[in-house]
Amino acid sequence: MALTTQRVDVPVIVDESKCLEKCNACIEVCPLDVLVKNPETGKAYMKYDECWFCLPCEKECPTNAITVQIPFLLR
Amino acid sequence: MTNTQQLKTDVLVVGGGTAGTMAAIKAKQANPEAEVLILEKANIRRSGAIAMGMDGVNTAVIPGNSTPEQYVREITIANDGILNQKAVYQTGKLGYEVIQELDSWGVKFQKDTYGNYDLKQVHRVGKYVLPMPEGKDLKKILTRQVKRHKAKVTNRVMATRVMVKDGRAIGAVGFDVRNGDFVVIQAKAVILCTGACGRLGLPESGYLYGTYENPTNAGDGYSMAYHAGAELTNIECFQINPLIKDYNGPACAYVASPFGAYTANAEGHRFVSCDYWSGQMMLEIWKELNSGKGPIQLKMTHLDEDTISEIESILWSNERPSRERFHESRGENYRTHGVEMHISEIGLCSGHSASGVWVNEKGETTVPGLYAAGDMASVPHNYMIGAFVFGRLAGTNAVEYVRDIEHLEPDADWLAAEKARIYKPMQNPNGIPHTQVEYKLRRIVNNYLQPPKNTYKMDIALNKFINYHDTLDLMGARDPHELMRCMEVYFIRDCAEMAARASLYRKESRWGLYHYRIDYPEKNNEEWFCHVNLKKEDDQMTLFKRPVDPYIVDVNLEKEVYDVKVASK
Ligand SMILES: Cc1cc2nc3c(=O)[nH]c(=O)nc-3n(C[C@H](O)[C@H](O)[C@H](O)COP(=O)(O)OP(=O)(O)OC[C@H]3O[C@@H](n4cnc5c(N)ncnc54)[C@H](O)[C@@H]3O)c2cc1C
Ligand code: SF4
Ligand code: SF4
Repeated sequence: MALTTQRVDVPVIVDESKCLEKCNACIEVCPLDVLVKNPETGKAYMKYDECWFCLPCEKECPTNAITVQIPFLLR
Repeated sequence: MTNTQQLKTDVLVVGGGTAGTMAAIKAKQANPEAEVLILEKANIRRSGAIAMGMDGVNTAVIPGNSTPEQYVREITIANDGILNQKAVYQTGKLGYEVIQELDSWGVKFQKDTYGNYDLKQVHRVGKYVLPMPEGKDLKKILTRQVKRHKAKVTNRVMATRVMVKDGRAIGAVGFDVRNGDFVVIQAKAVILCTGACGRLGLPESGYLYGTYENPTNAGDGYSMAYHAGAELTNIECFQINPLIKDYNGPACAYVASPFGAYTANAEGHRFVSCDYWSGQMMLEIWKELNSGKGPIQLKMTHLDEDTISEIESILWSNERPSRERFHESRGENYRTHGVEMHISEIGLCSGHSASGVWVNEKGETTVPGLYAAGDMASVPHNYMIGAFVFGRLAGTNAVEYVRDIEHLEPDADWLAAEKARIYKPMQNPNGIPHTQVEYKLRRIVNNYLQPPKNTYKMDIALNKFINYHDTLDLMGARDPHELMRCMEVYFIRDCAEMAARASLYRKESRWGLYHYRIDYPEKNNEEWFCHVNLKKEDDQMTLFKRPVDPYIVDVNLEKEVYDVKVASK
């Protein structure tokens, strides 16, 4: 199979200056399991564009680092 | 090399959502000695349909407001007579106790100044809707109770198949969606609570996960029950909902209509007399849109400021709280704009319509030791309280059933074959991504299965779904997360085939838009007053009629026809 990587606008934005390295809250609650830590920076980010825009990640973040947007195709 | 985890429990609950958490709690209450394990693909703290709570209870039968008999009548009429009344009666009878117990755990329901539950009328007849303006932490409260009752939880493991031996369910297999471990769980009874098949049709936006249902619910339980040999029923009675156009939540008339909002066409005229979701209502919406009188809307602009802010405060904090930013991003406001509505993608869900794994009034499927509850179990219009009630029934009955039962060793060859099936996409990391394979499958669903249905379209669909086995073989996964999405596509394909076959089999129209056939446009009670059931027999999908059980509550269906049409102006 020949494959390519495309750019996509993802709905979840993490403010890295607020994200705590020891925290995992958003990653633990996401029902779609689409958030992970960047092993280099220790900050959370959206790795897979598979979001239900349900908001548990945003509500459970202790520092308000997360903003969930409506996915581009819907907004 | 893949690591294998072996687990053993008395009762295994697959899916820790609404029904699953309640099943585990009730099993432990009935027998604290029994070992109960919840296997959950996500994390039970915020998983499933009620991840962010609910706006309200849709089917609350509260003494003084309605009786279980009245409730059974209303659902019998709304579901065009095809139901097991004994099962529906359970929701009417036990729902009140469920609400009281949830209340005692700290779940907040709306009460009037005298402290009584404050019910609203949304159904044609009777008050069954109980608002929950502070419902957003429902799932956190349930999680606390699961812990308190000492039920075990394994999060982030996705089940792929139920193990069956000597004709009974003996556990399940699956894999860890983070580390990829193969997981084998032996159990004396299995309760499937994996929710709806929400990723069957494709939303018009084209965003795979912008579905009405929580997209983790891909029809897993429908497919697993099918492969375990259980009967499924009413699969042709699709779930189709009136939603905000482009957004995947209700507008939501259930919340707003008791305040005076209503569904209207572009000119602001009512065209349905009742906002309770039914196939008949959806057919009126479909007709209105196709007659050029759309767009249709939920009209609130005539309400006063206080009322609108109250509606906003409910709709923007529970259930689908991202509604607020959706409206905002479009520069729209309930004060100045009607909320444009549209017809959702199709799905399978007994919680809203009637399609599911066949269960009786005890939550038993047709396979001994296998139970089902919630959106995937065949109790029509069951919604959230029905999921709790059937979780409770399945939990208490399963724990009773396991008393005199021993574990059985799974068959080694079967396990090896299932393991090979699961990990195949990982062997092919450069295979076609699951996103493309899924998109194409669901586009076929939209093109050929979306009502109005006809034989030609559905024959094409069926053929394509059967051939899609070959396409699934091309799928590739690069990590356990992608593997989860791949295995979900397998489930979706199974559900699509069931949906096509069941729809072809029932040669009449019933349930309004849910099973509206152009080639058989009328209801035909003489030939089709029955369930259409299907099951796997000798590796073939076999369909057959199952008679409707004698009613326990009298309903004259000749006289009482569900009609919500408003004569056009
Ligand atoms: C947007 C929306 C609004 C609604 N509004 C209302 C309302 O206002 N009032 C009302 O009464 N009802 C409402 N409903 C319906 C109600 O929420 C559902 O009927 C009910 O919650 C279904 O419960 P369930 O246990 O079947 O499914 P869920 O609660 O969704 O649970 C299914 C669980 O199974 C897990 N799972 C799935 N597949 C697997 C697998 N293979 N392995 C392991 N785990 C798995 C999922 O992660 C999830 O935790 C609404 C539903 C939706 C989607
Ligand atoms: S909005 Fe929901 S699905 Fe999207 S990342 Fe947050 S928790 Fe996950
Ligand atoms: S919850 Fe907030 S602080 Fe914690 S990892 Fe996620 S973004 Fe960072």
